[in-house]
Amino acid sequence: MSTFTFNPENEEKFTALLTRYPEKSSLMLPSLWMIQYQEGWISPESMRFLAEKLACSPMDVYAVASFYSMFNLKPVGKYHIQLCKTLSCMLRGSQQMQAHIQNKLGIKPGETTKDGKFTFSLVECLGSCGTAPCMSYNDDYVENLTIEKLDELIDGAQS
Amino acid sequence: MIVKIVSKNFDIPNSHRLDVAREHGRYKSLNSLFSRKPDDITVAVEKSGLRGKGGGGALTGEKWRLIPNPCDKPTYLIINADESEPGTFKDRQIIEFDPHLLIEGIICSSYAINAHHAYIYIRGEYVFWAKRLQEAIDEAYAAGILGESVLDSQYPLHVTLHRGAGAYICGEKTALLESLEGKRGHPRLKPKGKEPEWFFGNPAVVNNVETIASVPFIVNEGYEAYRAYGTEKSPGTMLFGISGHVEKPGVYELPYGVKMVDVIEHVCGGVLGGKKLKAIIPGGSSCQIFRADEITDITLDYESVKEHGSALGTGGMIVMDESVSIPQAMKNLFEFYHHESCGQCTPCREGTGWVDQILRKIIAGNGTHDDLKTILDACDMLNGKTICVFAPSVAFIAQSYLEKFREEFEALLD
Repeated sequence: MSTFTFNPENEEKFTALLTRYPEKSSLMLPSLWMIQYQEGWISPESMRFLAEKLACSPMDVYAVASFYSMFNLKPVGKYHIQLCKTLSCMLRGSQQMQAHIQNKLGIKPGETTKDGKFTFSLVECLGSCGTAPCMSYNDDYVENLTIEKLDELIDGAQS
Repeated sequence: MIVKIVSKNFDIPNSHRLDVAREHGRYKSLNSLFSRKPDDITVAVEKSGLRGKGGGGALTGEKWRLIPNPCDKPTYLIINADESEPGTFKDRQIIEFDPHLLIEGIICSSYAINAHHAYIYIRGEYVFWAKRLQEAIDEAYAAGILGESVLDSQYPLHVTLHRGAGAYICGEKTALLESLEGKRGHPRLKPKGKEPEWFFGNPAVVNNVETIASVPFIVNEGYEAYRAYGTEKSPGTMLFGISGHVEKPGVYELPYGVKMVDVIEHVCGGVLGGKKLKAIIPGGSSCQIFRADEITDITLDYESVKEHGSALGTGGMIVMDESVSIPQAMKNLFEFYHHESCGQCTPCREGTGWVDQILRKIIAGNGTHDDLKTILDACDMLNGKTICVFAPSVAFIAQSYLEKFREEFEALLD
């Protein structure tokens, strides 16, 4: 038995989603999202829980969870900065943004600050090429990113 | 130059809300839709010459005809909103500013192929856009536009929004279907002949957001009205996204057949800071690159861009000025492709990383002439030996960068 369970709201959502797909295996991604929003990451316990729900093996869940880059298989900071590094953003200055974030937070891509507040990741194309450079800050996009916007966000979160 | 068919309501305040959308003509096609035969809709789309706007440019009507008729299994319409091709950011404009146009298109298209459930697969990063679309879907359900009887027509139609979770390859339609079924996004082997797509063994059509958003105009105004724009073989309009070094990057709806140089000069305000143009990627990063001196005669339609050795793809153009190092740009893209290879086929999984490593070595000043040859050998391994077109595209783009900007690579070798 797994120690993880959905909260009542997610349990209700899961039940409602069962009627929306021909087979329940389709609930894999929606369920992983629910777990991540509930816990902040996808723990081995939560994968065991989901495996029971979907009548598959925990390894099947892990195989899927580990394929998609947005699923956090370890805990991340309270604020997750994901800077787009792909071509259009590079052409419009993403490397300067990266240097600024690294200096300001004292961490490299893939790392979390010691106080657990910020995680910094470099990601591939966010589909915001016309308003480059772009990053996502938890669930929100910050487009036409500048040093000033970065300072405002990071300083605001730190105060 | 700009034409507004799909983007007609984009500038109207609150255009995403149902009341405003209806005031401005959305769902008008439903007044007559259900009194017409489903086949009428397919015929109109066939005659319009509507082509898929997600990159492939396949004829939409032909895709719809692949659904068996009659069919003893449920049929599904699946909307590809996994917009992930670098340089492409057009579908999000439709979702942000006119989500009801997409839903209207889904209703018309589902009726044509007799689907009673449509899924919209949206990339995971588009959280804002997923929320906006879900709100529009909820509004449509509440108004009786979706549900067990669409506007009292007795035609049931449900729409479910499904979020991806960060995987470029899920924009490939069979990988998308695998993902929608709850698996890793691994593309499927292609069938020998023409077949529909399959969702849990049921026939399905996968269409891009912009393609489906073009359908209501054809249903309302007729195929001739659509064909009044564009060229004979590429009729209609496309949302072109221009990014990189231009004064006014953004998404512009243009008829097919306009000149590429005019778009850069007149629509986008020219190269940023008045610098010299060096290179253009015409249709998303998976299309071969053009040198500035090659684009004079290119018009933005599938045929012209192909004739000049690349592809119109998603219409996402990336413009590079004279300051750009092409080997750096190529390395940037190979990091992308290496990261995004789904890993199913060895040549792709290993080859993309291999080329990335060689480029790193060349850029660091440690390259040799043999390295350029090795990259071309790797391209040979990438092309034609994998399940999907990811690897061949990567091979073609690598060849085009090396061929067209060879002197820049060689300058790093000495």
